[in-house]
Amino acid sequence: MSAPIDSMYQQIILDHYKNPSHHGLLDDFDAEVHHVNPTCGDEVTLRLKVKDGEITDLGWDGEGCSISQASTSVMSDLVVGKPVADALAVQQRFLELMQSRGQGELTDRDEEQLDDAVAFEGVSKYPARVKCALLGWMAMKSAVAEAGWADTEEVAG
Amino acid sequence: MSFDVETVRKDFPILSREVHGVPLVYLDSANSAQKPQVVIDAEADLYANHYANTARAVHTLGSEVTTAYEAARDKVAGFLNAPSRDEVIFTRNITEALNLLAYSFGNATWFPGAEKFRIGPGDEIVVTEMEHHSNLVPWQLLAQRTGATFRWIPIDDEGRLVDSAIDEVITERTRLVSFVYQSNALGTINPVQRIVARANAVGAYTIVDAAQAAPHLPLDVQALGADFVAFTGHKLYGPSGVGVLWGRYELLADLPPFLGGGEMIETVAMEGSTFAAPPSRFEAGTPMIAQAVALGTAVDYVTNLGITNIREHEKALTGYALEGLRGIPGVRIVGPRDNVDRGATISFTLAGVHPHDVAQLLDERGIAVRAGHHCARPVCVRYGVPATTRASFGVYTTLDEVDQLVQGVESVRRTFG
Repeated sequence: MSAPIDSMYQQIILDHYKNPSHHGLLDDFDAEVHHVNPTCGDEVTLRLKVKDGEITDLGWDGEGCSISQASTSVMSDLVVGKPVADALAVQQRFLELMQSRGQGELTDRDEEQLDDAVAFEGVSKYPARVKCALLGWMAMKSAVAEAGWADTEEVAG
Repeated sequence: MSFDVETVRKDFPILSREVHGVPLVYLDSANSAQKPQVVIDAEADLYANHYANTARAVHTLGSEVTTAYEAARDKVAGFLNAPSRDEVIFTRNITEALNLLAYSFGNATWFPGAEKFRIGPGDEIVVTEMEHHSNLVPWQLLAQRTGATFRWIPIDDEGRLVDSAIDEVITERTRLVSFVYQSNALGTINPVQRIVARANAVGAYTIVDAAQAAPHLPLDVQALGADFVAFTGHKLYGPSGVGVLWGRYELLADLPPFLGGGEMIETVAMEGSTFAAPPSRFEAGTPMIAQAVALGTAVDYVTNLGITNIREHEKALTGYALEGLRGIPGVRIVGPRDNVDRGATISFTLAGVHPHDVAQLLDERGIAVRAGHHCARPVCVRYGVPATTRASFGVYTTLDEVDQLVQGVESVRRTFG
């Protein structure tokens, strides 16, 4: 028997958990961060490389629940190869979706922008699990800042 | 009185509710137990018909409330087989009870007449590796405040104390041994009398954390032989917000106060104060009146069911659950694998699936379990797991619910397989 249809465990999430993207740390990187979620004990170490305002590569390692690990995998697919400003815009939209307490409405543009990340919409109904879903995304944002690309205005301009 | 689980279930209104459209299967009683209607009514009745402050008012309501509050103390004293009702102190929970002791022992450093409780450099404070944080952190802090050494009795691969270590860790330098009766994370039941005997032999004070034991095992303080025993009400089918510290009267009489305030004093002058006798000495301020009264009702409820009947019922559930869970590929029991000297709390891991995912998927089937380190992180570290899933049983748990748990875990395994 698979999980119920309204389960937060969408097949996309399980697939990313079993076969995570960009898993493994980079040898050549501009910034490294380590984030933890003390409630679950989830951990992620993330390294990324930024060149000319674009996230050229990202690799991560971690352990924890399927939500935290799959979300980090989905995030990696979405931001690698994107300008920092675009990556942070996606991050912001995902953050809003997670904080929507299940009330978020996805537009066509959201679906295009968030791609596989829309599968996490159901997680926003579970306050205890929102932090799991955000772990890798917050790590990516910190790493971008650490690499010296925090100012999105400047990057976008 | 014979024990019939279906009759017992009717006493708990919450058990008739649904979660996600299916009946609730509550397997998180070690975290906090559900409340029978009599306990809910007792608290409501006090507020609806008798409420005033206790011990301070001369009017009728004040007198009724004081009588009810003190009657609860009598009930708890009876439940514990305490030699004296004045040995029963109401606290906010077991965490406060243990902190009360840790701070009072610390206050002995300067409190007149409390020399026998003094702890300092060269002295040792002993706990076990299986303590939950509330019986670990207060003693770490006491060790830091006094310069004493903090030590612990290790646990083995099966989740039991290393027996030979009891005599090695508790030595002539030990001043105080605080340990858990039944582990919240492992389910292990510890040999209380064995540890108390060793502590007595070296002249150390003994403190038993009975938070998990109180709802499941006979709690006879005279038989246990320890100096102090603490438990909390909300795990004993009582309200949240009230716990109990029991201590030998001759020790409580000399132990320095913890919190200062109303009702814990004898006389107060601007130049200094003197303090009341136990139990008032340790009950500063307006207490949790309604909660204490309802805890008295909970104690009656458990006593009427019969702690021996409860133990038998839960032992059968535990054996059945251990067997069912062990039959699932990838399940590892964290704690004693056999149904010997263990309580109705089973922690386990499922290979390749994080405990939070297990708990979340079980919740979708209406099954409430706990996932995490259970406020006993060193236990998880000891077994090399970030967390565990924990199912715990109570008076209202049925064999059918255990079946649902086992089927649920099997389903989680297939979802992630």
